Amino acid sequence: MEILLVIIIGLLYAAGIYMILRRSLVKLIIGLILLGNGANMLIFLLGRVVKGHPPIIGPTEKILADMYADPLPQALILTAIVISFGLQAFAIILVKMAYKVVKTDDLDEMNATDEDL
Amino acid sequence: MLIAILAGFLLALFMPNVIRGLKGKSSIGIALLPFSLFSYFISFLPRISSGETLHFNWSWVPSLGVGLDFYLDGLSLLFTLLITGIGTLVFVYTSSYLKGHQYLDRFYAYLSMFMASMLGVVMADNIITLFIFWELTSISSFFLIGFNNDSEPSRKSALTALGVTGFGGLFLLAGMVTLGYITDEFQISSLAAMSGEIHGHDLYPWVIGLVFIGAFTKSAQFPFHFWLPGAMKAPTPVSTYLHSATMVKAGIYLLARFTPILGNHVMWNTTLIIVGSITMLYAALHAIFRLDLKGILAYSTISALGILTFLIGLGTEEALTAAAVFILVHALYKATLFLITGIIDHETGTRDVSQLGGLNKIMLPVGIAGLLAAVSNAGIPPSFGFVGKDLIYEATLHFGDLAWVLTGAAIVTNVALLFAGFLAGIKPFVGKLPEKFSKLHLPGPAMWVPPLILAVLGILFGLIPPLVDGPLIKPIVAALTLQDPDFYLHLWHGFNVILALSVATIATGIALYFIIKPSEALLGKATRFESISPHSMVKGLGRGFTWFSAKWTNFLQNGYLRYYLITILSFLTFLLAYRLFLGVEIYVDTSVLSEITIYEAIIVLIMASAIFFTVFTKSRLAAVASMGVVGYSFCLIFLFYSAPDLAMTQFSIDTLTVILFVLVIYNLPKYLKLSDNRDRIRDGLLSLIFGAMISILTLEVLNESVQKDISTYYAENAYLLGKGKNVVNVILVDFRGFDTMVEITVLAIAALGVFSLLKLRLKSIEKE
Repeated sequence: MEILLVIIIGLLYAAGIYMILRRSLVKLIIGLILLGNGANMLIFLLGRVVKGHPPIIGPTEKILADMYADPLPQALILTAIVISFGLQAFAIILVKMAYKVVKTDDLDEMNATDEDL
Repeated sequence: MLIAILAGFLLALFMPNVIRGLKGKSSIGIALLPFSLFSYFISFLPRISSGETLHFNWSWVPSLGVGLDFYLDGLSLLFTLLITGIGTLVFVYTSSYLKGHQYLDRFYAYLSMFMASMLGVVMADNIITLFIFWELTSISSFFLIGFNNDSEPSRKSALTALGVTGFGGLFLLAGMVTLGYITDEFQISSLAAMSGEIHGHDLYPWVIGLVFIGAFTKSAQFPFHFWLPGAMKAPTPVSTYLHSATMVKAGIYLLARFTPILGNHVMWNTTLIIVGSITMLYAALHAIFRLDLKGILAYSTISALGILTFLIGLGTEEALTAAAVFILVHALYKATLFLITGIIDHETGTRDVSQLGGLNKIMLPVGIAGLLAAVSNAGIPPSFGFVGKDLIYEATLHFGDLAWVLTGAAIVTNVALLFAGFLAGIKPFVGKLPEKFSKLHLPGPAMWVPPLILAVLGILFGLIPPLVDGPLIKPIVAALTLQDPDFYLHLWHGFNVILALSVATIATGIALYFIIKPSEALLGKATRFESISPHSMVKGLGRGFTWFSAKWTNFLQNGYLRYYLITILSFLTFLLAYRLFLGVEIYVDTSVLSEITIYEAIIVLIMASAIFFTVFTKSRLAAVASMGVVGYSFCLIFLFYSAPDLAMTQFSIDTLTVILFVLVIYNLPKYLKLSDNRDRIRDGLLSLIFGAMISILTLEVLNESVQKDISTYYAENAYLLGKGKNVVNVILVDFRGFDTMVEITVLAIAALGVFSLLKLRLKSIEKE
């Protein structure tokens, strides 16, 4: 199974970078999201995947024993997902407002400074 | 002693207040500082002439071997006396020359800074301290040369001077550090004893090469001489100070100071003789053709510096004596000539020799000073210059096989210098006074007394050599040769070859003075070769460098996000690939991998097709929707692999993102293909290679074992310490609670940003 996930990670990275390299700002944001997903999956996979053992302590136990999924990468990814949402929301609104002013989302046409407007 | 050296810096600090206190009336009072320093240093004269050397040490950075160590021997004493003595006269002269100037306070501040730095250079006993003061002279002279900062040529020449001397200074530092590395000794006075060890070391050629570049740039030796004529843009007191006694002599001082340490080696001597003689001949011939008085003096100064380098290169006791005498001779007559040039310029408003004449009738004392200086410069008896010239011929004549070649070079140089001296010191004062100058008058005594004092000294020392030979010259030669010298300076040597050579020189020079009349045509002939001069080459080099750096910057800093990314990613890919294929054996350990089940395979398939669809669809809505599909598939994968919290978060966040996108989607422009096929293929290839690289890397990492220490700690203590059963939640809100708080802050800031962006009314634009 890990092999498949590895391929998906590679695909996400490739797709993310390809989209970031486009001239459209909307595509750039999509690329960022894909790249972020790829990175999250990478962290998740490197913590090793375990089936059916969530890191939750049973009702009668006091410590997490036996086999369990690594809680640390999960905590990290949770933070990453939330933070990247903040970034995406801001970026989407920024693109919207920028389009309102300059009437384009083509990066190559957005090279004027304030004075030129 | 430390106070004496640093006094100039202190005074510079308070100069604006001092000048305001004096209310511009008696700024001549500032000359008290150099004068008191002069008196202070001259009080050491008896002790130095009796063969003593004085050491003064203050600790500064002992761990690096850098100390404020100074010492005073014959060589430093001569220089300190010149610096403070001529300094005093220049300070007095300036009070009249720049009377009422708006920035007189700045000028005096720069001048005292410069003086203090020069004192530091000539007295430093530590090679690093020497370098620091050396650079300080470059910096303070930059301010002095560029004092008329509203004129562009002036700024430019100041920058050239700083560029050349600063550049040389760095070489000097390298040389000093190498020297320190070889000997592990930073005291100049202790280095002389190690000269044998230094000579034998493999790095010796490097040391002298680096020291030479430092000295040649400072002392304007060919091919670094070009900054000096440019520096004539400075006010005349600056030119006087920098080019007669101080700045340019620092290089000579350096060579002389290191003669006992590095000298007396065939590489040292040959290089100095060659560079010195090229410089003296080249500059002397240039001096003949100049029209501008300061131009003439600039080239004759370069030539004189060439003579000094040449003499130090000869390295015999006679040559070093000649050098010591000539330093003094040159300082006296060149300062005089500069000062009277300043007076002429100040009064008549021109420095063109072909227009000047007859000024004797209105400014006789200045004329007398000019005549005396020209006589000393020409080496006509009974001037001190005659003594100096005799010593030079004596040194060249006794130099083995090459004696006649070297003597010939010296004669040609001297003839040209004599001519230049006559042009600057005599020509403006004799002949007919032009009509337009007839209403001029003699300036105040603060201007004409200083040159007269110097000119008279130049004759006096010639008439009575014992005034200087015992007290000053002998200790210098002792410092340079490390032996007790046994000689006396004489004005009259009897009838011999040297006298014949002197007479021939003087006769030829005077004949030349009557034959060649300076004119534009002659100047044109001399400047014809300007395009192949070192100055033009450096300028061309500078232009080429600017051109290259512009191209280079435009190539790297092109302003396109994608090109930056491409550069960074290609480099990263290259590094990763290089390491992976050279140092790592790639294999997959299938035993640790889990099995593939059918529903997992289906999810992965869905994800892969969703990714492809996101990239290649022509509809934005479809792209956003399939991006949502990718996100939801993620949820499922998180669910399969025991991460329920992640699945929930991913689900809600993904939903929010898609909704947000869809909400603003109608306000966005058309979803177009903007780049052409070539770009798409290039980007696609790069992305695929990078993705593949990441995949390979991930596979390799999976082969390594995992460190679980931190996770185990959390797993064991989540309930005991954090009182929570969901370990991930406990980590977030308890163990790493601060991180989460900061994360919330970030979200709040993003929310604020979004809110204010939405509220933003672009009023000015909406009106249009």
